[in-house]
Amino acid sequence: MIHYFVKRLLMAIPVMFFVAVFVFLLLRLTPGDPAIIIAGDQATQAQLETIRENLGLDEPLLGQFVTWMGNLMRGDFGVSLISQKPVLTLIGQRIGPTLSLALAAMSLTLFFALPLGVMAAWRHGKLLDRAVMIFSVLGFSVPVFVTGYVLISVFAVNLQLLPVQGYRPLSEGLVPFLQRIFLPALALASIYIALVSRMTRASMLEILQEDYVRTARAKGLNESVVLFRHALRNAAIPILTIVGTGFAMLISGVVVTESVFNIPGLGRLVVDAVLARDYPLIQAIILLTAGIYVLINLLIDLSYALTDPRVRYQ
Amino acid sequence: MTLSLRSCLLATACVASMLALPGFTRADDLNVVLSAPLRSLDATTSTARITRTHGFMVYDTLLGLDGDMKVQPEMASYAVSDDNLVYTFTLRDGLTFHDGTPVTAADCIASLKRWADHDGAGGKMMGFVKSMDASSDKEFTITLSAPFGQLPDLLAKPSPIPAFILPKRLAETPKGEQITDMTGSGPFMFVADEFQPGVRAVYEKFDGYVPRDEPASGNAGGKVVHFDRVIWEVMPDIQTAINALRAGDVDYLESLPTDLVPLVEMSDTIDYGVIKPVGSQVTGQFNHLLPPFDDVDVRRAAMYALDQEQILMTAIGNPKYFTLCASIYGCSVPLASEAGSEYLNGSADERMAKAKEILAASDYDGTPVLMLQPTDIAVLQAPPIVAAERLREAGFNVEVASMDWATLSSRRTSMEPVADGGWNMFFTFWGVEGIWNPLSSVLIDGTGDPSAWSGWRKSDEVEALRAAYVAAPTFEEQKAAATQIQQLVYDQAFYFNGGEFMSLSAWSADLDGIVPGMVNQFWGIHR
Repeated sequence: MIHYFVKRLLMAIPVMFFVAVFVFLLLRLTPGDPAIIIAGDQATQAQLETIRENLGLDEPLLGQFVTWMGNLMRGDFGVSLISQKPVLTLIGQRIGPTLSLALAAMSLTLFFALPLGVMAAWRHGKLLDRAVMIFSVLGFSVPVFVTGYVLISVFAVNLQLLPVQGYRPLSEGLVPFLQRIFLPALALASIYIALVSRMTRASMLEILQEDYVRTARAKGLNESVVLFRHALRNAAIPILTIVGTGFAMLISGVVVTESVFNIPGLGRLVVDAVLARDYPLIQAIILLTAGIYVLINLLIDLSYALTDPRVRYQ
Repeated sequence: MTLSLRSCLLATACVASMLALPGFTRADDLNVVLSAPLRSLDATTSTARITRTHGFMVYDTLLGLDGDMKVQPEMASYAVSDDNLVYTFTLRDGLTFHDGTPVTAADCIASLKRWADHDGAGGKMMGFVKSMDASSDKEFTITLSAPFGQLPDLLAKPSPIPAFILPKRLAETPKGEQITDMTGSGPFMFVADEFQPGVRAVYEKFDGYVPRDEPASGNAGGKVVHFDRVIWEVMPDIQTAINALRAGDVDYLESLPTDLVPLVEMSDTIDYGVIKPVGSQVTGQFNHLLPPFDDVDVRRAAMYALDQEQILMTAIGNPKYFTLCASIYGCSVPLASEAGSEYLNGSADERMAKAKEILAASDYDGTPVLMLQPTDIAVLQAPPIVAAERLREAGFNVEVASMDWATLSSRRTSMEPVADGGWNMFFTFWGVEGIWNPLSSVLIDGTGDPSAWSGWRKSDEVEALRAAYVAAPTFEEQKAAATQIQQLVYDQAFYFNGGEFMSLSAWSADLDGIVPGMVNQFWGIHR
């Protein structure tokens, strides 16, 4: 298992290298000029040239790439062209809110989606099953910003139970943290609850037809034991896959939720960086996101072995 | 394991009570939502409005412009010699930087040199400066080689780069290199530890700041701070920002789109209005280097085809918040005049007929006009589409290329042919504080120089008049020159003046003392 883990990590190095090259070239070929963002719209050509020269943007592309890769090898991701802050500091400031939001959304997803999926499969064709399916279609069809505005309107503006917007880190206390993360996490989770409950239902329906489930029932086991201990565990592999990739998608795709709820996370950082053509920052974020995808895929593969004893890695 | 309905309700009630809202803001904080993210901090090199506003928080200027756009002493008073060649500045008492060191004449001289390196008008002024010398820690002189009556106006101007005073050690940072140490002598101190670029900037009241005795007016007068902290936040979604204002999370929204005014009017706890006394001018820029707009007749035909009211109705929507006027310096500034208004007057149909007539008589051969359209700046999304339709109706062959503002900003600097990344026309807008006289406005630069602002207009007559404006010793003579420049700008169709719109702000009804100014300013304001 450890050998497999190390081998997969080593395989990630060329993947990351190609991502780095691709991102660097893509950004440099995209029109846009960070010097204008720094100097402002009223800056003259002469002012822009001075700034470009100062930032090294007038150097040949190959020279810029070699400098960037050299620094990257030494663990130096560079400094934001616009704010002049180290990009790792900027990412460090923003990753906390995004991870919190993703974890909270995924927790809500698992809390609601697994029981709903299992119950829907158990009551296949009945009212509960249909209700879950209707919710699932709705959850998947309604855009997250609409869900967000509805939640804000009901719980924050009208009932005044929760704040309209903003984020407080856990270090400032559990209650302020929960107050601000709950609505965005719920808005974001609505899609994933729909997705995971559907996947769970489909997977469970297949498993519930198996002989060993009939045997377990024939032995007189409690239905909840049959469902959650015997059936769900065997239905877990596709669910784990969707949860794992869903988590990676949550981290990289929360920009709308972050905007609607004014959460200063990675999604907004990457949009700002792209609009400002802040090359070092965009490059670092994309490398980081690619790294997260690689790691999560690896963890999903490893989790198969933990949930299914038949799966073993050499 | 079973859960009764009662235990479920109890658990829900417990969670709800735990999450129930306490107050979110400290009474001694002013929470502000600005319309643009603060990313670049160096107000001595950037012309970005948000960076300039940040500059006015942490820095002060030698002179200021009051609400009537008149120059007033701020950090210093000044006297002029009889021959108008020597300006003597005397710093007022009690000026210190945030690090506790006193502001000296040497700091001022170094700051003015840095400012002149980065500001176009400042650079022009330096062409007249023979020397700048400190006669003591509190007094310095600027000696000119020829009279330059604009000197006080330039030192007081709020845009595009104000003449901020900073410590000599920072002012001597090499040209073009960004300053990251925000030590100034302004009424607020920048809290670097809490700065999150694009998200949040925090300012603390500078206890060492000694305000002037006069009441605050424009960017001049006594800058009395009533809040311990001013917190700038950026909310990318305006609906979220309005909800936050309604919920009391924030106190002040810098920018309120006119279409969302009804939302604010529903609330008794929110006031709104125009804070900035001057608006922003929408302009359609022609590329004078490339066909078809290298031909003055074709540019004139385009100017006639376009209509101020149509442009502003689509961009702003509510006539209450825009003004149609010919003045290229802004509708309500001292230099405003009606020169050249014949190019803008008349109904849209009359103007179109005139446009067709001029275009037919010109050498226009159907060369396509590439109109750039930004998709991420609300005010600028519609004008290119409306303009393209009007130009087509007049007989132009127009293509519209949509792109984000960053791409447009880069492309507008290209002097290449359209096929190689060039352009023919785009729309932008300018805070009047940046174009209110012929020296500040980059739009009427007639040098045709590649280093000038996009469009590369060439007119020796305009340049001669700008020189006359600079040399003019009285306001009357300055205005005469400015008026002639305006007429020439229209005659030679430098660009299309799309009229001026005002910006709305919204704030919590318990706030008072907001000081109107050309930039947002947070002194004077109190609960």
